[in-house]
Amino acid sequence: MADKTELLTGLAEIVEEVAGVAKDDVTAEKSFVDDLDIDSLSMVEIAVQAEDRFGVKIPDDELANLKTVGDAVDYVAANSK
Amino acid sequence: MSNTDVVITGIGATTPLGPDVTSTWDGLLAGRSGVRALETDWAETYDLPVRIGATLAEEPTEKIPRVRARRLDRCEQVALIAAWQAWEDAGFALPSDDGEDVEPERLGVSIGTGIGGPVTLLEQDDNLEQHGMRKVSPLTVPMLMPNGPAAHVGIELRARAGVHSPASACASGAEGIAKAFDMIRSGKADVVVAGGAEACIHPITIAGFAQARTVSTRNDDPGRASRPFDVDRDGFVLGEGAGVVVLESAAHAEARGARVYGKVAGTGITSDAYHITGNHPDGIGQIAAMRQAIEQAGVTARDVGHVNAHATSTVVGDVGEAAAIHKALGDHPVVTAPKSALGHLVGGAGAVEGIATLLSIYHGIVPATLNLGELDPKVELDVVAGEPRKMELSAAISNSFGFGGHNTALLFTAA
Repeated sequence: MADKTELLTGLAEIVEEVAGVAKDDVTAEKSFVDDLDIDSLSMVEIAVQAEDRFGVKIPDDELANLKTVGDAVDYVAANSK
Repeated sequence: MSNTDVVITGIGATTPLGPDVTSTWDGLLAGRSGVRALETDWAETYDLPVRIGATLAEEPTEKIPRVRARRLDRCEQVALIAAWQAWEDAGFALPSDDGEDVEPERLGVSIGTGIGGPVTLLEQDDNLEQHGMRKVSPLTVPMLMPNGPAAHVGIELRARAGVHSPASACASGAEGIAKAFDMIRSGKADVVVAGGAEACIHPITIAGFAQARTVSTRNDDPGRASRPFDVDRDGFVLGEGAGVVVLESAAHAEARGARVYGKVAGTGITSDAYHITGNHPDGIGQIAAMRQAIEQAGVTARDVGHVNAHATSTVVGDVGEAAAIHKALGDHPVVTAPKSALGHLVGGAGAVEGIATLLSIYHGIVPATLNLGELDPKVELDVVAGEPRKMELSAAISNSFGFGGHNTALLFTAA
């Protein structure tokens, strides 16, 4: 299982690239939609980049459940090869 | 339709001559050319006969932050930049700053484009071919759709009285302004942000225009390539850019003490029903458009002292328009052809040139047509060449015609 701190850092870099949210603001408890103001289109781009970077599959019905940054980190940690 | 006076209170543009209206206008008066050699390797890759273009003086990313820019096609970027300028020039604040200056239900948008976002389409097709569907951006459709520029401006300015995007090729920008004029006259809006945008200088558009034999191949002398009305003209130069104006009912403008540049007094929109690229040989549509505009404005042909011509520098098009102007108005109007300096901004052209026409009335000066060495003898008009001409103007027409047989004439008058 990948180190969650590293995953968080990697995910924060993707969020900054796609949505322009400063890396330091991308913390585990933040909601993608409510706190980081990320729309559904950007979420798709973030998911595709996360899949490539971390070697996971994030099906659409799973993506819908990833409300917070922490949810995404946990999902990737549990599912990456 | 009422007789509500429709005034212009804000103007904005980003063009090959400059990143705003002032620099563009100064460039026109100074006789500068916005046409350059294209700094790209694709002209060589595809062995294109055309290696020149009127590229933007300033990259849109100088004004639009990175993350926002990556969600916008270049055509949407230039529309947004011109709209911001026009909005601020009209004395309004952005809704995101301190509240609403115009009631959203009374604010409309009408920004046309000729082609829209083909560059996005092609980039995303490359992604699909090379990396599969996962790498196709979820923003593909909103970036390539031709209503994208108008829609983004509408969201930005919080316009709820309708957002429109006329698509009439090279007449789109002028038709954008004509549609806005109608919206105010019919009482549907008090303020409409209107104009046109285009940004698709790409091997596919160049190749397509080149195959249609409509573009100049004077690659060795970019600044002198576009030469409307000149005997040696050989086609237009593809350009990019946007022009946007704030149109307002006179009552609304007066109530807030706005500065007024002039009026849109009448518009004419006709269609040739003749050929998909060629204009009607008798100019019936062009003549009718100019006459409609005059009639609606309640002026006579004699009152129209100046025509800002569509004149793209094609062999057939320029003489056709010259004859149409002659028939519709007579030989007295002082004519200029700004595409000699700006290149052809396609969907942006009618709006940017409409602004130039307005400024000719406002400042009392008509810019010269660049590169006019020897006037085509079939052009029996007074075309300004060499130096700009100072003159008092009460009314002027801006012509814009497009593939498909679209003809739009905008008639501007002094405030």
